[in-house]
Amino acid sequence: MPLFPGGNPRTSGHLISAADLTRDDAVRILDTAEEMARLADRPIKKLPALRGRTIVNLFFEDSTRTRISFEAAEKRLSADVINFAAKGSSVSKGESLKDTAQTLEAMGVDAVVIRHGASGAPYRLATSGWIDAAVVNAGDGTHQHPTQALLDAFTMRRRLIGPDAGLGRDLAGRRITIVGDILHSRVARSNVDLLNTLGAQVTLVAPPTLLPVGVEGWPCEVSYDLDAVLPKSDAVMMLRVQRERMNAAFFPTEREYSRRYGLDVQRMERMPEHAVVMHPGPMVRGMEITAEVADSGRCTVTEQVANGVSIRMAVLYLLLGGSEHAGGSGNTATGTAETAATTGTAARTEEK
Amino acid sequence: MSKTLIRGAKVLGDRALDVLIDGETVAAVGTGLDADGARVVEADGQILLPGLVDLHTHLREPGREDSETVLTGTRAAASGGYTAVHAMANTFPVADTAGVVEQVWRLGRESGHCDVQPVGAVTVGLEGKQLAELGAMHESAASVRVFSDDGKCVDDAVIMRRALEYVKAFDGVIAQHAQEPRLTEGAQMNEGTVSAELGLGGWPAVAEESIIARDVLLAAHVGSRLHVCHLSTAGSVEIVRWAKSKGWNVTAEVTPHHLLLTDELVRSYDPVYKVNPPLRTEADVRALREALADGTIDCVATDHAPHPHEDKDCEWGAAAMGMVGLETALSVVQHTMVETGLLDWAGVADRMSFRPAAIGRLAGQGRPVSAGEPANLTLVDPAYRGTVDSAGFASRSRNTPYQGRELPGRVTHTFLRGRATVMDGKLV
Ligand SMILES: [Zn+2]
Repeated sequence: MPLFPGGNPRTSGHLISAADLTRDDAVRILDTAEEMARLADRPIKKLPALRGRTIVNLFFEDSTRTRISFEAAEKRLSADVINFAAKGSSVSKGESLKDTAQTLEAMGVDAVVIRHGASGAPYRLATSGWIDAAVVNAGDGTHQHPTQALLDAFTMRRRLIGPDAGLGRDLAGRRITIVGDILHSRVARSNVDLLNTLGAQVTLVAPPTLLPVGVEGWPCEVSYDLDAVLPKSDAVMMLRVQRERMNAAFFPTEREYSRRYGLDVQRMERMPEHAVVMHPGPMVRGMEITAEVADSGRCTVTEQVANGVSIRMAVLYLLLGGSEHAGGSGNTATGTAETAATTGTAARTEEK
Repeated sequence: MSKTLIRGAKVLGDRALDVLIDGETVAAVGTGLDADGARVVEADGQILLPGLVDLHTHLREPGREDSETVLTGTRAAASGGYTAVHAMANTFPVADTAGVVEQVWRLGRESGHCDVQPVGAVTVGLEGKQLAELGAMHESAASVRVFSDDGKCVDDAVIMRRALEYVKAFDGVIAQHAQEPRLTEGAQMNEGTVSAELGLGGWPAVAEESIIARDVLLAAHVGSRLHVCHLSTAGSVEIVRWAKSKGWNVTAEVTPHHLLLTDELVRSYDPVYKVNPPLRTEADVRALREALADGTIDCVATDHAPHPHEDKDCEWGAAAMGMVGLETALSVVQHTMVETGLLDWAGVADRMSFRPAAIGRLAGQGRPVSAGEPANLTLVDPAYRGTVDSAGFASRSRNTPYQGRELPGRVTHTFLRGRATVMDGKLV
């Protein structure tokens, strides 16, 4: 069987970093997610694909949004779901990641969806032999958040190319601008990796204090001037900027930040007509984005939330070999998509 | 008194000679020496060095005996060819009083595997606020001359100035762990392309270099002796080189791991590579090797930092910083300096014995291999090739970054004042 994802043999069978996805892996995930999204329009939204499989959502950091999104995806695939909020549990009393992993292993879980404050924790979990389950990174420190990047790419493909026209295609030639706190952002890192793999041209815009030393080596452009970049953007992704950064002298005041790097309606009008505004949430209205922009038809925030469920379904489906359960059809994107659609019908019959 | 004849060893890598040890001293060095009832060590092809001296060892006792004790740490030292180590002050309690340094000194005497010279803390509790009783530690049985808050930086410029001035009264030296604390808040690894990618907090080179620059100026201003611990960047080398060119009394050390390993290894997120100062880049490694070769860096110091397994068997962010090093130091130096042609064995003797002993003002250590000198000697088989296996370590801890790596050379014998602490590669 070919490796999946195929970009890094060390982490094959897991989803740790967007950088581990080849172009074909990524397109396959997006195409599978498209099939999953179609399922969401049906009266019965469930697939039996992961029936009898157990998935743990292991969250060392609070993130209700991401946890709920994974949980919805898991339930739509009929998996048994265990939510393990490590905050406030034995873990915060000094039990190590290793001990927790071994407990889960003993319970016989098939996949662990992990959110952790320490960069590299999911990589450690996947590669140190503590556990056999598939590991899905739901955000680690300031490192990676690959399913976020996938759902962002999915949203862009749907908006800029179209749900049907986009099938089988990447984002070649699209110009994507990411604005805000790049330094502390796992979303930015994941997006740069994935968008580059998909052929898009990425420009990062931030005050120099919020760009990491070493960004020169990333496959993207860097600019300090938002107004200059906006007219050349097909999608503009605004990242959350926490007010506390001000206290560590990353920028002088909230006012100055939003004046120089925030997106308001005047700025939005500099963008090409077809261009969209994206935000991974949660938004800080009045800081990086005005309420008017956030609520405008060009802003994809709520679509991104819906697309997140489809993407996470696709990732879990592909990693856990959902196709075996759904009729054993092949590993190609179309094969998977077809089986997903077929089993959708089966599920409906069954649950009546 | 017992006699040992080391036959045919290349003394400091030079001519093959016989060396006769009688009691605690070297009785004769020459050719065709008569065994005359002495135990004979055949040392054909081996290198005879003065016993190695480490300026920077964490023995962890008192307080963290789960990771190392004076006994296990000195056994590890002897295995690695050391006859003296400086025990760092960051124990629990901190070695900031005459009582604690005397305790460590006494434990060293009892262990008998190598000399233990305690280092005293510069400030009370390593907190950088108030000078510890430096004079009392010097006057104690431990005769402390090297003072360091290692693990923490004496970052307050006034405290650093006063410490440098104060120890002049008894020929002391301040060994600085150069790390500007504000620039390294939340720092996890070298700041650069790898940290940017891995999303780990960056530890900029300038956080080390800015403190060294300030300290050499302070040392020059008050005419004191400064020693810079574990130099890790090319920029630090430039500053020390400049200070030495001015004739200022500045010395510096480099660790074996900074001579070999780079931050690329952190991509594994394996905390065995987590260390303070962090592993840097290939360019830094090159600059450090050249500086050790040309003498800008005076010596190799291990920064042997044992940690229990659980402190490394976790995610990167939660892991402790440090690596064990006593038992692999000489092999790493052979690999990085001798086999690259940067240093000959006489140079190794200088950087790993003569100079560190001189900086620490250790009597009877780091002496030439000649008649009448104390018989502190290390015999190395440079042709040996082996794979590092921490299971065989004498240290209580296993946190080596070289596990499974092939490194050259092996210490076959170590003599502490004439008595073998290592014989045929085994601890006595
Ligand atoms: Zn240190």
